[in-house]
Amino acid sequence: MLNRVNFEIAKTHLLAKPRQTLIAMLGVTFGIGMYILMISFMQGFNEFLEDTLLSSTPDVRIYNDIKTDFSHSILDEISDTGKVLNVIHHPKPKDITPNLKSSARIIEDLKKDERVLAVSPQLATQVFYVSGPVQINGTLSGVNILEEAQLTGLQPKMKTGKIENLLTIDNGILMGHGLANKLNVHVGDMISLATPKGTAMRFRIVGTFQFGIGSLDNIKSYVNLSKVQQLVGKDNQYVTDIGIKLKNYDNATDVAKEFSDRYGYKADDWKTTNASAMVSILIRNVMTFVVSFTLLVVAGFGIYNIMSMTIQNKLKDIAILKAEGFSSGDIRQIFLTESVTIGVFGALSGLVLGFILSSGVYNLPFPKNDFISITHFPVVFHLKHYAFGMGFGIITTFIAGLMPSIKAGKIDPVAILRG
Amino acid sequence: MSIVLSAKNLSKSFYEPEEFQVLKNVSFDVQKGEFVSIVGKSGCGKSTLLYLISTLDTEYKGEIFMNEKKVTGLSQNELARFRNEHIGFVFQFHFLLPEFSALKNVMLPAEKLGKYSKSECEDRAYEKLKWLDMDKFALKLSSKLSGGQQQRVAIARALINDPTIMMGDEPTGNLDSNNTNIVFDILKDLCKSKGQTIISVTHDTEFAEKSDRIIEMKDGEIVKHEA
Repeated sequence: MLNRVNFEIAKTHLLAKPRQTLIAMLGVTFGIGMYILMISFMQGFNEFLEDTLLSSTPDVRIYNDIKTDFSHSILDEISDTGKVLNVIHHPKPKDITPNLKSSARIIEDLKKDERVLAVSPQLATQVFYVSGPVQINGTLSGVNILEEAQLTGLQPKMKTGKIENLLTIDNGILMGHGLANKLNVHVGDMISLATPKGTAMRFRIVGTFQFGIGSLDNIKSYVNLSKVQQLVGKDNQYVTDIGIKLKNYDNATDVAKEFSDRYGYKADDWKTTNASAMVSILIRNVMTFVVSFTLLVVAGFGIYNIMSMTIQNKLKDIAILKAEGFSSGDIRQIFLTESVTIGVFGALSGLVLGFILSSGVYNLPFPKNDFISITHFPVVFHLKHYAFGMGFGIITTFIAGLMPSIKAGKIDPVAILRG
Repeated sequence: MSIVLSAKNLSKSFYEPEEFQVLKNVSFDVQKGEFVSIVGKSGCGKSTLLYLISTLDTEYKGEIFMNEKKVTGLSQNELARFRNEHIGFVFQFHFLLPEFSALKNVMLPAEKLGKYSKSECEDRAYEKLKWLDMDKFALKLSSKLSGGQQQRVAIARALINDPTIMMGDEPTGNLDSNNTNIVFDILKDLCKSKGQTIISVTHDTEFAEKSDRIIEMKDGEIVKHEA
């Protein structure tokens, strides 16, 4: 247990050299402060990115992955394989429809699954947006807009108009904000859409959305599912994708695999769909920890140095304390107390510094930008980061102080007292 | 009179830089209330002997008994506790803790002992300082005191736990003659009026001659033992 007398001696030592104590403390303060700043900012950015990705991609997406593997021919199955060699030059698929067969059954089945929160069938197709002389290549998704909104959080991403307008206005279209800008069209304007197969249709813009991801906002539009089915000339069961929102999106990987096996179609979870973004999140996390760890280790070395120097200067005092009846353990405790005290106060002020700095960054305006729709730097304030910083600061200083303290405990008083 | 310290066949060798036997079968007893001086030329082993009987140095052959308790073979922690309670030190170079006030320097061994409450420790420390006429400097930082003043504070510190034996390593070695006389008178008075046992190493013959008994050493052996 911490002895009161030992603590008093440690306190006197620390207060006798305020400047040295302060400098040792500042090392920890900056280490922890920078750690808090980095982790709050990086984590904030990661969370923002994850949120953006999640709001624009379904947790699990089931679709028909068209195979182009022709190594096996149906000829092999009907002919005598031992004697005949079948050679097919330049195999080419017949006109395959990329839709999900028996989609209605799959949807019904999915809706019964208790892990599933919402299901949204979709029919996606390539289109040309035609407005006067301007033609832009893009994608069109036919959806039941209310189901889709449950899936992707489209509602809060609306820049102009409302998603319900799609239900009330025949031939309505919700358009990506970037796309609308490029076409120079606004809510209420008409726009022509043409498919690669030559069919065309006119829609009235009833709203624009901005996910904050350029690759979506600049090419994508939503219309009612039946309109796209009409546009591509298919029946009302024809859908190409089924988007699924899960109650717990962390399970997406497992669930996707299960659905893929169950329905015989390809199912991607959101992590697979956004693999490159996930990698960059991982890299940022690793970077944050490496840099923070380095800062704290450097602070630790600072403390180690100062403690070693202090002990070197206090050899006489240590000898006298031992002669007075203080044991090796007492001496160790005194110097370890000094080191950990530096750690505790350094870490505490580091937390304050970190909080001030991250608040400062939080209030910085984010450079205006078409791709990312935020007004200020994303910074999170998580208690666990502060707790971790505190703990790590104390542990570092404890370890840094341990070796010099053990050395101090082992000092032979006779050698010093005899001079 | 009872025997408070008994050293039996103490031998010690140094192995660095080369093997050298500093103490050869030294035996002696000290009675309660005695003022003993250990004298001899430098290198005769008198300081080494003092550090053996003060339990700070534990690497030796032979046995030491204090208050009829065998201290040879006790663990370092037990020895620390023992020193705290039974031995008071006065060194040549004062060795006060510079960051602490004179009072606190005196109090620390008592607080470490834990026998008295903090306020009792403070009262006792004041009492000792007053007896040494140092109470007016009690709250001064010890590094701000003169040599003679520091040595008196050191004596007060040595006495705070009413030790069985007070040990001095050249307690007047670093003082001018005026302060030497003051310190010696204090030690003498302690011995006479309070029955304090004192063992002191010195090369000051004048100092030694005024004590009760002189143990003279030469080449690691006691050569003369006079009362």
